[in-house]
Amino acid sequence: MAEATYRRPTPDELLQQVEADERRERRGRLKIFLGYASGVGKSFRMLDEGRRRKLRGQDVVVAATQPSAPPEVEELLRGFEVIPPRTDLGGPSIDVAQVLRRHPEVCLIDGLAYENPPGSKNAQRWQDVEELLSAGISVVTSINLQYIRERQRQVEMIRGKAVKDSVPEAFIRTADEIELVDAAPEYCVTHSREGGESSAGGPSVMDASQMSRQLSELREIALVLAADVVDHQLEDYLHAHGISQMYGTHERILVCVTPRSNASLMIRRGRRQADRFHGQLFVIYVQQDDLSPSDQQMLDQNLATAREANAHVEVLHAEDAVAAILRFAAQHGITQIFVGHSRRQKGLLSRWRANPVERLIAEADGIDVRIFPQEPEPLNE
Amino acid sequence: MSDPAAMKDRRERGKLRILLGYAAGVGKTYKMLEEAHQARRENRDVVVGYFEPHGRKDTIAKLDGLELIPRRRISYRGREFEEMDTAAILRRAPELCMVDEFPHTNIPGAERAKRWEDVMVLLDTGIDVITTMNIQHLDSLNDQMREITGVQVRETIPDWVVKQAEEVVLIDLPPRALLNRLQRGVIYGPEKAQHALRNFFKEPTLAALREMALRQTAHEVDIRHIEFNPDASRQPTETPERILIHVTEAPATVALIRRGRRVADYLKADCFAVGVMPSPEREKIEQHLEFARKLHIETRILESDDPAEALVDFARRNGVTQIFLAKPDARSLPMIGKKRHLVMDVVRLANDRQVTVVAERRHT
Repeated sequence: MAEATYRRPTPDELLQQVEADERRERRGRLKIFLGYASGVGKSFRMLDEGRRRKLRGQDVVVAATQPSAPPEVEELLRGFEVIPPRTDLGGPSIDVAQVLRRHPEVCLIDGLAYENPPGSKNAQRWQDVEELLSAGISVVTSINLQYIRERQRQVEMIRGKAVKDSVPEAFIRTADEIELVDAAPEYCVTHSREGGESSAGGPSVMDASQMSRQLSELREIALVLAADVVDHQLEDYLHAHGISQMYGTHERILVCVTPRSNASLMIRRGRRQADRFHGQLFVIYVQQDDLSPSDQQMLDQNLATAREANAHVEVLHAEDAVAAILRFAAQHGITQIFVGHSRRQKGLLSRWRANPVERLIAEADGIDVRIFPQEPEPLNE
Repeated sequence: MSDPAAMKDRRERGKLRILLGYAAGVGKTYKMLEEAHQARRENRDVVVGYFEPHGRKDTIAKLDGLELIPRRRISYRGREFEEMDTAAILRRAPELCMVDEFPHTNIPGAERAKRWEDVMVLLDTGIDVITTMNIQHLDSLNDQMREITGVQVRETIPDWVVKQAEEVVLIDLPPRALLNRLQRGVIYGPEKAQHALRNFFKEPTLAALREMALRQTAHEVDIRHIEFNPDASRQPTETPERILIHVTEAPATVALIRRGRRVADYLKADCFAVGVMPSPEREKIEQHLEFARKLHIETRILESDDPAEALVDFARRNGVTQIFLAKPDARSLPMIGKKRHLVMDVVRLANDRQVTVVAERRHT
C-alpha cells in the first residue's frame, strides 16, 4: 500500500466505517458444512462441532433437525438443548422469535435449504438464518450441493431429478467459513438415508455403478465449488492486506491470438487444459496497426470461437505487444501463456535477433509459455 | 512394477484409501480412527498398524476399543527408534489396516526405505489399507509447495503411488478453525505452536494449501470416474497428446520433469524424458533421467552433436505433440553476440509442434 495514496478520511467517512465495523462485529458468524449428497455425514459433523463448542463453554442450541436421523446423530442430539419448531402454520419451521428471545451464542440448523410453510415471516429458511446473524447469533448449518440454486441445473442433469428448495450461491459465499464434508461415494451409497433434505421417490432402478458415477460427478463439483470459494477468500485476504503475492493455486490460461494464428487449435487446447485443471481461460488480441478487411474478418472469427469456448475475451491496443501481454498476465494472475510460433524472419541479422516469442519467453517471469504451430498440426488435425 | 507380488490378480489386491489433508491438525488421524470404528461396526476385521498420537487427547481417546499392532524397535547409531511392524501385521493378516503418515521415511535398518513401500506390501497380500497424508507431500506439487510455504518438503510420494488408491478423500477444515486449534494448544505444545504460527501456519499460506488440496481431490475424483467409464471422457474425439521432456544438466530440470509428469497425468498423455549425449555433464543428466524413471516416465538417450536438431527429429519421428523445455537461466539471455541458447534453437526448429517453456515459479 503506497503511502502517497493515503488521504485523511472525512469525519462522515470515519463514522460510516466505524458503524460498518460495529455491524460486522455485532453480526453472528456463519459456518456452513457443504456435502455433495445425502449420507456423507454433514449432520454428524455439524453436531460434533456443536458438541466441541459446548465443551469449550459456548452457549449452543439446536433450532432445526432432520426428520429422520441415523443413530449416531440421534445420540449426539440428546446432548443439546433443542428449541422446538413451530408447527402452527401447517409444516415445521424454525421458531425464530423463540430463538431470538433465548438468544444463544451459537445456533445449530441442520438443513439450510428449506421452504417455510405459507404464512411464515420469511419464505425461505436461509432468510431466517440471516435474521439470526443480524441479531448477533452465530449459526452453524449444513447444505447439500443440489440445493444451491446456481448449481441445480448441473445437478439435475446428473441426477435426472429436480428439487424444490434452494439457497442462492451468493448467500453461501457470505459464510465466514465453509467446510467441505467429503466421503468416498461407496460410503454414501450404503449410508444414504432418505431424510427430509432428499426428495422421496428417487429412481428405484439405478445400478450401483451408475449411482457411483453420479456421486463422483457431484463430488467433483462440490470440491471445485469449495476450492473457488477458498480462492476468492484468499484473494480478498491478500487484497485487504495489500499483499501482491501470487500463489498460482488456480491455473489461468491466456491465449494470445492474431488474425492468422491457428486460433481454433489454441483455444480448444486452452479450453481442455482449463477444464482439466479446473482453471480459467482468457483470450486476448493485441492490436498494433489497422487490419486489412480480410484479416479483420479472420480475427473476428477467432474471437467468436473464443467466446463460444466461454473464454474471457479482450482486445488490447498497444505499440509493444509483448509488454501488453505481460501486463495483462500480471494483472490477471496468469500461469500459462499460449502463443503462435513466430513466422520466419528475413534478413541477415534475424538469426541473432530475438523475435517476439523469444522475448516473451525471456521476460515472462514465473509463467509457462506454450508455443503453437501456425499451420494445423500434421499429426492430429 | 517389477515386484512379482504386484502381478497378482487385481481382485486379490487390497484396496487403498488415502485421507488427504493440507496441514497438521486438520483431523486426518482422528478421521482414520473414526473409519476404523465404523468398519468394526460393520463387523470387519480391522487393526491399527501405525498411529501417530502427536499428544492429542481427542485422538488418543479415539483409539479406545481398537486393536493396535505394537511398533517395532530399531536401533540406529546407538538410539532406539520405533517403526511400523509390517511383519507383525502380515502375520496378523487383518482385512483392513490403518496406517498413519503415508509419506514417512523409515529409519535405516528397516526392510524398506519408505512407509508407502510397506503399505504396498500390505496391499499385495490382500489387506485393505486406509492411510493419511498432506498435500505438501505429493511429488508433482513439490516445487509449487516450496513457493507457497517457503519450505522444501523432502518426504514426497510419487504420483503413481497415489494413483493406486481407489479413493482419495479430503479432510477439510477452514484455516481459522485450524489456527484456533493451534492457539488452544490442541496440535502442538506451546513452544512449537508459537514457532508454527510465525512460519508455516499463516492464514494465506493455509488457504492456498487448502485450495490445492481441494483441487487435487477434485482431480483425483475426475480421473477415477473417467477411468471407470471410458465413455465419460469429455472430449472423446481429441487425440491424446505425447509429451517429450528435455532433460539437461540444469538444476531446473527436476521441476521441469515434475511439471511435465503432472500435465501428462492431467491430459492423460504419454510422457518421455530425453537427454542428449555426449555432454560434459553426463552424470547430472543421468541423475535427472533416473529421477524421471522414479516418476514412471520412459527415458531415452540420444547421441548427437546438435542437441536441438536431435531432439526435434526424435519428436517428429515419435509423434510427440508437445516438447517441454526449462526456461533458460536469465543470465544466459539475451543472445546478441553470444552463442544462442539451446531452448531458443528448439523453439525455432520445432515450429511444426507445440513447445512449452516451463518457468520457475517464485514469489514476486
